[in-house]
Amino acid sequence: MTETVAPPRPTRRFTFEWLGVAPFVIFAVMFLILPTLYLVGAAFVGRDGQFTLENIAGLFTDQILAAYWISIRISGASALLGAIAGLAIALAIIRGRLPDGLRSTVMTFSGVASNFAGVPLAFAFISTLGRLGLVTIILKTVFDFDIYRAGFNVLSFWGLTLTYLYFQIPLMILMIAPAIDGLKKEWSEASQTLGASALQFWLYVGFPILWPSFLGTLSLLFANAFGAIATAYALTGSSLNIVPILLYAQIRGDALQNPGLGAALALGMIAITALANIIYLVISARAERWMR
Amino acid sequence: MSDQHFLRVEGLTKHYGTNAVVKGVSFDFSKGEFISLLGPSGCGKTTILRMIAGFETPSSGTIQVDGEDITALRPNQRRLGMVFQAYALFPNLTVGDNIGFGLKVAGLGREQRRARVEEMLKLIGLPGFEKRFPYEMSGGQQQRVALARAIAPRPRLLLLDEPLSALDAKIRVSLREEIRAIQRELGITTVFVTHDQEEALSISDRIVVMNAGNIEQLGTPHDIYNRPSTRFAATFVGHLNTLPAASFGPDRAIRPELISLTQRPDTDTTLSGIVSDIGFMGSVLRLKVDVADVRLSIDTFNANSTPPQRGDAVTLHLASRDVLALGA
Amino acid sequence: MKPRKFWPWLVFTLGAAYFLVPLIATFEFSLKMRRGYYSFDSYGSVFSDPAFQATFAYSALIGVFAIVVGIVVVVPAVYFVRLRLPHLRPLMEFITLLPLIIPAIVLVYGYIRLYNSSSIVPFTGSALGTDILLICGYVTLAMPYMYRAVDTGMRAIDVKTLTEAAQIMGADTLRIITSIILPNILVAVLSGAFLTFAIVIGEFTIASLLNRPAFGPYLQNIGANRAYEPSALAIISFIITWGAMGMIQLLARFAPRSAPVTD
Repeated sequence: MTETVAPPRPTRRFTFEWLGVAPFVIFAVMFLILPTLYLVGAAFVGRDGQFTLENIAGLFTDQILAAYWISIRISGASALLGAIAGLAIALAIIRGRLPDGLRSTVMTFSGVASNFAGVPLAFAFISTLGRLGLVTIILKTVFDFDIYRAGFNVLSFWGLTLTYLYFQIPLMILMIAPAIDGLKKEWSEASQTLGASALQFWLYVGFPILWPSFLGTLSLLFANAFGAIATAYALTGSSLNIVPILLYAQIRGDALQNPGLGAALALGMIAITALANIIYLVISARAERWMR
Repeated sequence: MSDQHFLRVEGLTKHYGTNAVVKGVSFDFSKGEFISLLGPSGCGKTTILRMIAGFETPSSGTIQVDGEDITALRPNQRRLGMVFQAYALFPNLTVGDNIGFGLKVAGLGREQRRARVEEMLKLIGLPGFEKRFPYEMSGGQQQRVALARAIAPRPRLLLLDEPLSALDAKIRVSLREEIRAIQRELGITTVFVTHDQEEALSISDRIVVMNAGNIEQLGTPHDIYNRPSTRFAATFVGHLNTLPAASFGPDRAIRPELISLTQRPDTDTTLSGIVSDIGFMGSVLRLKVDVADVRLSIDTFNANSTPPQRGDAVTLHLASRDVLALGA
Repeated sequence: MKPRKFWPWLVFTLGAAYFLVPLIATFEFSLKMRRGYYSFDSYGSVFSDPAFQATFAYSALIGVFAIVVGIVVVVPAVYFVRLRLPHLRPLMEFITLLPLIIPAIVLVYGYIRLYNSSSIVPFTGSALGTDILLICGYVTLAMPYMYRAVDTGMRAIDVKTLTEAAQIMGADTLRIITSIILPNILVAVLSGAFLTFAIVIGEFTIASLLNRPAFGPYLQNIGANRAYEPSALAIISFIITWGAMGMIQLLARFAPRSAPVTD
């Protein structure tokens, strides 16, 4: 706050500026920062009100560790596959010389699909790949192939990953499109006159330039899937053992009944999404040496 | 043989739908020539360059380099070097890696690349810059690196697409002299696209003056300036005064620097007029003189003597052999 | 040139199939309520359900409040940071990114623990207080999108010049915001508003954990207890989301521009 005092401005205007920013600051502190910090603190407080590491230690049970592991795998798989598929689709519509109208259609649809998460998305995938889903039935009657007998289940790891891709891919398309637009036409032309194939251009120039944006979106997709609960809950009830569902049950008082452990679960979630972002920041700082 | 017909373009046309941008252009240049394609924007000069580079497919016509028909080749098979208006250096690669890019994709080893990069950096006057990134350099430096990148793989032809127009006036002049010097040293055949007539005149062996998809005139800078063959070539290149029709006949014109305020041995015609404006441009004074109902521009060297004032009556001297007849 | 289009088309077609098949399947399923032939019975059943009407109206109302609060919180802050406090910009970017990193379930858990009936600010002590908390939760969820929409809008109109022009003509700050800035970024603000609405309308986690009678928990409840209505609801939700996004697209055509496009 000290630096705003420095310029010799009339005090009245100076307070007015801060009055404009104040609602935002108060709001962010009350509904974003304090609640998060409170949980972080609560994770280190025992039932007796004293500092303890017991809650953190309580995370290291088979059930909770398994939940974290499944969550990380589903989030990682859906983020990675979503990022790759989203990048491919974005490249196809932006640089693939497809008809002009296609791009805006895909971008609008991506805006819709990236927000079409939660409970309705679960319904859609049950109608598609559930035991009575259209695709399941068509595969069974027309191709005589029973995906459920082959081991698939929409309530499983791959089922959930496939479902999450429905909002992960569009999110990637929306986030990476500006970066692809930033690739100048002359770069590819210069590389062609220098004798490079399309593959060599992407290998040495195109992908390295997209890499930081790709990583940034990847970490965002990871966090996005890691915190998602509505889709999984609607698909599987509380039967699938992922962290958000575990925490949900904990909050609802369905299980465990230990507020300290609940806070520790939440802390673990924040730690993992934050870690994903830190990894991104470290890698991209190295990859972005060539940027201002 | 192939030295004489090194770059040969025949009947080149390009249509976009019903819109013809290049209308049957042919020319033939020798090895080592520096050629400028000069014309206003939209005249088709850039389209021709991009057809030579392979980024546009001609609607008809052929392009031959060193006896080989390259019309159907992909850009990466043509072995040409190109420098773009906006530098187009790869931002993620160091200067050294940018210059070595063409060598790397051609499969040259690290040591050979390093040697060639060093040689190129010395050539463009930026030794020791190989570890820099493009954003750490000025526009002029970046464009020199782009030039080095284009010539490092020893291309058969160097294509320059308005490479100076993004730069400051001062750097533009020094870099164009440097480009010409390097081109002479390497003897590389070069096609230079520009809309700036001064640039084209100062740098080229021969100039192709273009307008609306056609060649207006092809010749040396001296020819183009002093013996323009079409009205467009005469008016687009350099300044021109249309002379009073009453005393010279219709469509007669003269360059501003060929009118003097004093008699010269070769002058045979005089005109009298009133000075209406004086522009001081450093080494040159540009006078506006009203002669009858025509306003003439006159360039004289700044001779450190008192220049004429507005309203002065002056006598103008010119040689009738300097008067150009403007054709169609 | 022709064969180079093969891969783009292949990728596009595969993508289109992945995104369209579930929609088709869901729609087809929603028509199968009557045995033997297609009907819109499931839709009739949904629309006539009083719980559907009540929860949808509740969520829509909460959404409207979240939009209003979001605008009041975000617009002045973005304006003053752009205009006079540019050094706060990185901090603001960071704060508005946080809701994308901190999961909603963690946030709501924090709310429940922090603002319980025995705390200094007992939001959860009353139904009204919980409604307010729910609205604030939604404003937080939508903040990254609202912030970016408003920020982009202000960048496009060159706020600084507009403000200085207005100041020379003697307008005071409040007047500048309400009569100059807001009308010019209306399109951007409305984009943020529709995005907020799309996020809020079917939201499950926060509403469910705060025990509010919202549309999201209703959806979940129907999903657990009915067969055909869920797919009808999924289609309805998709259409609502499409409507909100379609409005943003439509609005984008009317966006004013006074600053030159720099990119």
